[in-house]
Amino acid sequence: MILTLMETAALMMLGGAVLLSLLRLLMGPTAPDRVVAADTLAVITTSGLVVLAALLGSALYLDVALIYGTLAFVGVVAIARAIEGNGS
Amino acid sequence: MRLLADIILLIGATFTLLGALGLLRMPDVYNRIQAGTKAVTLGALSLLLGIGLLYPEWWSKLLVIALMILVTNPIGSSTIARALMMAGVKPWKKVETITSERDQA
Amino acid sequence: MSATPAQQEEARFSHGLFLFVLIFLLWLMLSGNLALAEVVSGLVVASVVTLASRPHLPLFSGLRLSPAAILPFISYLAVFLAALIRANLDMARRVLSPSLPLNPGVVEVKTRLKSSLGRLILANSITLTPGTLTVDLQGDSILIHWVDIPPGSDIESATRDVTDIFERHLVGFVK
Repeated sequence: MILTLMETAALMMLGGAVLLSLLRLLMGPTAPDRVVAADTLAVITTSGLVVLAALLGSALYLDVALIYGTLAFVGVVAIARAIEGNGS
Repeated sequence: MRLLADIILLIGATFTLLGALGLLRMPDVYNRIQAGTKAVTLGALSLLLGIGLLYPEWWSKLLVIALMILVTNPIGSSTIARALMMAGVKPWKKVETITSERDQA
Repeated sequence: MSATPAQQEEARFSHGLFLFVLIFLLWLMLSGNLALAEVVSGLVVASVVTLASRPHLPLFSGLRLSPAAILPFISYLAVFLAALIRANLDMARRVLSPSLPLNPGVVEVKTRLKSSLGRLILANSITLTPGTLTVDLQGDSILIHWVDIPPGSDIESATRDVTDIFERHLVGFVK
């Protein structure tokens, strides 16, 4: 698939978004900040996988995106529970 | 058709980038959650719509992914925010908490 | 609310049927074709999942399953989408302005929705709309974090500003 100028720009912006949230993930400063960054990164990655499916023209990546998103959600909830302490 | 799809993809990527920028710029963790969740959710939906215009035969799976993001993303954010509140992380700045009598469990 | 056993049985049946149809549609959307084998295995999977989640069916008791619920549902979707787009433009403006115009605060709002499903939908809607984030949900009160809290807000004014626009449509299809 030959990319148009706009599609290239969109891909670069997605890459920039990944970099920025990675930066927050590395900088912290607290554990919750990193969790929030990881959560955001997971959603960006999910949409990135869908874009990848379009780039490669293969619907297989859509299933990967679906499972990735679901598992990331479960992970975030688990970490949030851990932050909460022994919970209510 | 491709032009319309491209414009929507570009809008989606812009919101995603703005969300990530908000994640970096906001002063405290609650505001970061806000910026991250909202912008990235709309960004993802818009990207999915754009891809759907490029590949119309994928609409059903894209719709499922969109619904999944729409349901899980706010729940995840609220769960983190709630955990922070219970762990005693105070929101940034001149904040007065306005509540009625609620038991602090 | 006192329902006779027969009524309860009927309610459980309609909730089960609702879940069954939901899962079957999800299956069809994921498989993406209408071949006989797919349809049959979808029916089997949907039946198994519905039977396995019998204990959780009361979750759907908050839904109003009637044709009259369709119109409020559509208008809710329209209001929600408009609010989501407004939320993003608002957030983009805040993120891009050099001075970061923020005045965050935490405030409690009340909901008139009675069912847990309805409250969940409301809480999610609040998270995705301009400047507000659901922090906690206890009974009929929702604790929200507000990026730019109007000065002098109290529970009544915040409830009016945040929840009413959704609740007005939500009451049409959830309790």
